[in-house]
Amino acid sequence: MVELGKYAGPVLAAYGVSLGLVLALVWLTLWKSRKMRRKLETLEREMGLHG
Amino acid sequence: MIALLLRDLRLATRAGGGFGLGLAFFLIVTVLVPFGVGPEGGTLARIAPGILWVGALLASLLSLDRIFALDHEDGSLDLLATAPIPLESVVAVKALAHWLTTGLPLTLAAPMLAVLLNLPGPGFFWLTVSLALGTPALSYIGAFGAALTVGLKRGGLLMSLLVLPLYIPTLIYGADCARRGAAALAAGTPLLMLVAITLGAVAILPFAAAAAIRVNLR
Amino acid sequence: MSIWEYANPRKFMQTSAWALPWVAGLAVVTLLTGLVWGFFFTVDDYRQGATVKILFVHVPAALMAVNSWLMMLVCSLIWLIRRHHVSALAAKAAAPVGVTMTLIALFTGAIWGQPMWGTWWAWDPRLTSFLILFLFYLGYIALWEAIEDPDTAADLTSVLCLVGSIFALLSRYAVNFWNQGLHQGASLSLAPGERMAMAFKLPLYVAMAGFVLLFVTLVLIRTRTEIRARRLRALEARGRMA
Repeated sequence: MVELGKYAGPVLAAYGVSLGLVLALVWLTLWKSRKMRRKLETLEREMGLHG
Repeated sequence: MIALLLRDLRLATRAGGGFGLGLAFFLIVTVLVPFGVGPEGGTLARIAPGILWVGALLASLLSLDRIFALDHEDGSLDLLATAPIPLESVVAVKALAHWLTTGLPLTLAAPMLAVLLNLPGPGFFWLTVSLALGTPALSYIGAFGAALTVGLKRGGLLMSLLVLPLYIPTLIYGADCARRGAAALAAGTPLLMLVAITLGAVAILPFAAAAAIRVNLR
Repeated sequence: MSIWEYANPRKFMQTSAWALPWVAGLAVVTLLTGLVWGFFFTVDDYRQGATVKILFVHVPAALMAVNSWLMMLVCSLIWLIRRHHVSALAAKAAAPVGVTMTLIALFTGAIWGQPMWGTWWAWDPRLTSFLILFLFYLGYIALWEAIEDPDTAADLTSVLCLVGSIFALLSRYAVNFWNQGLHQGASLSLAPGERMAMAFKLPLYVAMAGFVLLFVTLVLIRTRTEIRARRLRALEARGRMA
């Protein structure tokens, strides 16, 4: 494990906050994308369209 | 155009036009501040320019939705948009009317309220000058914000969110000018910057606001 | 409804569907390389100690926070001039990514500032500017959310973006005038004096590339979502009319 000395708290907190925010954003983006794709596919099937 | 200006002034000053409300708000905010920070004269004198500037800014924000909302409701904005005078001048005139009914009275009231906040002697001149030259920018920036949100049902809160960040440069230079004046320092540079922002806002923002109104009336 | 309504979005969907896996994969690899390198394999700075490692998220996030706004500005201009739907939707898609980057820059800056400057927050010009940028992002997103008609929303947010950019720039200079700060100078400037050692620079460049690729990936996915949402709305409208 890497030696962080007396600044372990701030460094880990900074990386933690950043990773948390990025992961939240990625998850939200993927979730919305999947939801929208499913909705559109359902509707296109109902209306007898393809593509 | 002068007829339009007179019409807007008359609408604003007659009963129910909200002419006095901004001033009353300004007064109340200024009176509340000492209750919040304590009655100690030195502290009040130090924060007086900033408080008066923020107060004036919020007071002029309050009446912004009146610039276009009422005209949009009764349809006269559609008439103005199709009138022979360009929409840009309509916006400029309406923002001017807003300044005459809020910014100008606020400027004139500010020195009286400054007495309550124990503003040092040289500060009065600079406070009045900075407000007189800075509040037109507030009205023109506000007219742009009002134009963006004119079609929305509950646009008031959204408009505050849009307009307040745009007020930041004006507030910084205006309050800084008044603060330096109060401390008897050279206040010329922030005043020049303030004037530059005001002139820029008056020159450019009517075009942006008119574009936004055209989109909203489409 | 003419074919042109979908011509450009369709091409965009095809191209982005092909490019997305590559960009996303590259983003993950570069980001991991940069951050792992920065976190595990850099020495401590003689003045800042281990906190120098925060740099590898802070600087790229700050870079993308500003660049994301610039991209929105360019997209808004393209929309206003060329009426290219994908452009407006890309601007909409970039805003939440930009907000997140601004937040990361602010948070990591505060966490770094606490041990280094002895305070979480100072009204330093750079910090203040980022806070102001955050407010501009909020207003922009709120305006998108508030307007139902997508074309009206695109027009109004584009105008707001243009005017906002001017005022954000004005604020930047006003804030500089208002308070001289204690922030480090530009981290990568070529001016002599406060230059970074190569050992820090290389992982920083990799991390920056990673953030750029991450941004591109996210904006591509979000733009695709927005295009689908637009198509969904168009189809629903057509269904109602039939």
